[in-house]
Amino acid sequence: MNKPGLPITLRGITKAWPGAVALDDVHLTMPAGQFSAILGPSGCGKSTLLRMIAGLETPSHGKIFIDDRDVTALPADQRGLSFVFQSYALFPHLSVAENIVFGLRTRRVARAERTQRLAEVAQLLGLGPYLDRKPAQLSGGQQQRVALGRAIIAKRAICLMDEPLSNLDAKLRQTMRGELRALQQQLGFTMVYVTHDQVEAITMADQVVLMNAGRVEQVAAPDVLYLKPQTVFAARFIGTPAMNILPAAALGALGQGLEQAAGRGLAVGLRPEALVQLPQSPVVLSCTHAEYLGADALAHGHIGGHPVVMRVAGADMPRPGAQLPLGFAPQDLHLFDFATEHRTEVAGLSGIFLRAGMPTAKPTGAVASPFKPKDD
Amino acid sequence: MDRRDWVYGWLLVLPAMVFLGLFTHLPAITTIWNSFFSTPRGRRPKLFVGLENYQRLLDDPVFWKVMVNNLWFALGTIPLSIALALIMALSVQRAFAGRALVRMAYFTPTVLPLIAVANIWLFFYTPGFGLIDQITGVFGLGQSNLLGSPDTALVAVMVVTVWKEAGFFMIFYLAALQTIPPQLSEAAKIEGASAGTVFWRITFPLLMPTTLFVSINAVINSFRMVDHIFVLTGGGPDNASSLLLFYIYETSFRFWDTAYGATLTVVMLALLGLLAIGQFLIFDKKVHYK
Repeated sequence: MNKPGLPITLRGITKAWPGAVALDDVHLTMPAGQFSAILGPSGCGKSTLLRMIAGLETPSHGKIFIDDRDVTALPADQRGLSFVFQSYALFPHLSVAENIVFGLRTRRVARAERTQRLAEVAQLLGLGPYLDRKPAQLSGGQQQRVALGRAIIAKRAICLMDEPLSNLDAKLRQTMRGELRALQQQLGFTMVYVTHDQVEAITMADQVVLMNAGRVEQVAAPDVLYLKPQTVFAARFIGTPAMNILPAAALGALGQGLEQAAGRGLAVGLRPEALVQLPQSPVVLSCTHAEYLGADALAHGHIGGHPVVMRVAGADMPRPGAQLPLGFAPQDLHLFDFATEHRTEVAGLSGIFLRAGMPTAKPTGAVASPFKPKDD
Repeated sequence: MDRRDWVYGWLLVLPAMVFLGLFTHLPAITTIWNSFFSTPRGRRPKLFVGLENYQRLLDDPVFWKVMVNNLWFALGTIPLSIALALIMALSVQRAFAGRALVRMAYFTPTVLPLIAVANIWLFFYTPGFGLIDQITGVFGLGQSNLLGSPDTALVAVMVVTVWKEAGFFMIFYLAALQTIPPQLSEAAKIEGASAGTVFWRITFPLLMPTTLFVSINAVINSFRMVDHIFVLTGGGPDNASSLLLFYIYETSFRFWDTAYGATLTVVMLALLGLLAIGQFLIFDKKVHYK
């Protein structure tokens, strides 16, 4: 029922106020018909970026292209996109039906076509019984659907969403994640979805744009972001609990070997799910306490004075004070330049492990990935 | 509920009940009661006269004059001051340099004491050397006596009232505008709505509860208007600028015809009650409450 999505390209987008920089030289492409999630902590500029694509704010520098057309100076309604607000921004005095067809009315679409499209959208979103109600008479999830209806009825090539699920309870959020993804794939528009919730980004998106302090940290598919984070920030932001980051020296001989091979100071990253107990290992976790989660448990402790979390089976929770020799597969070891915090690779890892007397565990990365396999 | 709670509850509302009863309900009932009696004068006590006072009222040309005056006064000041208030509120809602100053300027007429306001305007209107005549004098136009001529006296009073009321009503509109999330107009803009459409389809309907509140207040105020008239015209010339409440004051406390004053008051109370109820009924269908 839809036009195919259009690509969005950002070139050197900067937004600065006196004394503050919200966005710093952002270059980005959102491929046509794909689901791009802009992910980052609050205050990283992700919403500002989205509002600029929408035309609700203007960049200080840089250009925005939609399908090779420079839209930087175009007003919001001429960019051919729709927007779903975090608060839904439903018009409280209008009925559900009037809310959904609001845009068609302002664009003077004939009544017959309005009625027909409204019926289609109501059918698609299951809003049929509620068309005469006011937004205040609907539950949060139903209001969310009305906002979606208003966004998709115009059949725009691009849909922008600003944290649309954050006002829903956890269970509904999970349902809506699936529905949003299905809707986007069914209608084929280009989706730009802002969220601070890594689970939303990872489960729904084709491409995740990870932002931090006004800059793009990494643009990658969800699994690549998890398996090969390019910076310490990306490594710690994706995955729950967060990746353990330690100075290489905390790993003793192995750390020295790695730094020698790299020729500079390193930070090592180890995901809690990559760590396994390995009796002969020289790397020892002094357990301080453990958290029981059911199937899993988290063992908290220190390695060489640095805090480390390890995921263990719920059945073998360590006691506080236990000394646990730990191992991990060379593939599960993430290395970052200590100074720049950028990812770096060191060749001949297994040799270095061997020379440092460090036994190697079986790789767990693929198995440990908590994210569902991609569906395409 | 046990008996002690019941007593406790009544004790809590007692102070409010005493004061409301003493100063609101009792005088109202006394007024209605007095309207059926003649005015006591000297040794002659008041006598029950039935509806005689009301008959007199229907035959009183001054009563009809002030009623018509009041109608024109209400029609002339209410829509204008509400429209002005809304325009002023919309104009100072956006951020711009000196916004606080402009807001203050709009609100100043409301803060000033009524008598001071009337005196300022008295100076504007003074024939010969008042501000208006000084300005028209520059262009060689003749003197005017806006307050002194029967054709313009009421209009001159109305201008002062609009000037004063608009700033007051603006505050309510400003407060109401703050409660409308900016996302609503952003959402409308993305859907292709012009500034006019945003106002008429979104902002104005959402301001309806405020408009209802403000218009009821405006109607009540237009019938309570008395102080400007004291200072500006004294109701003259020839009752040209006299309004109902001013006539009630004159009848009761200048001519001491208290029974007829009570009769006029009953009419005014009935009128205000009906207007308020009517407005609620009419607006209720059109007002969206959150």
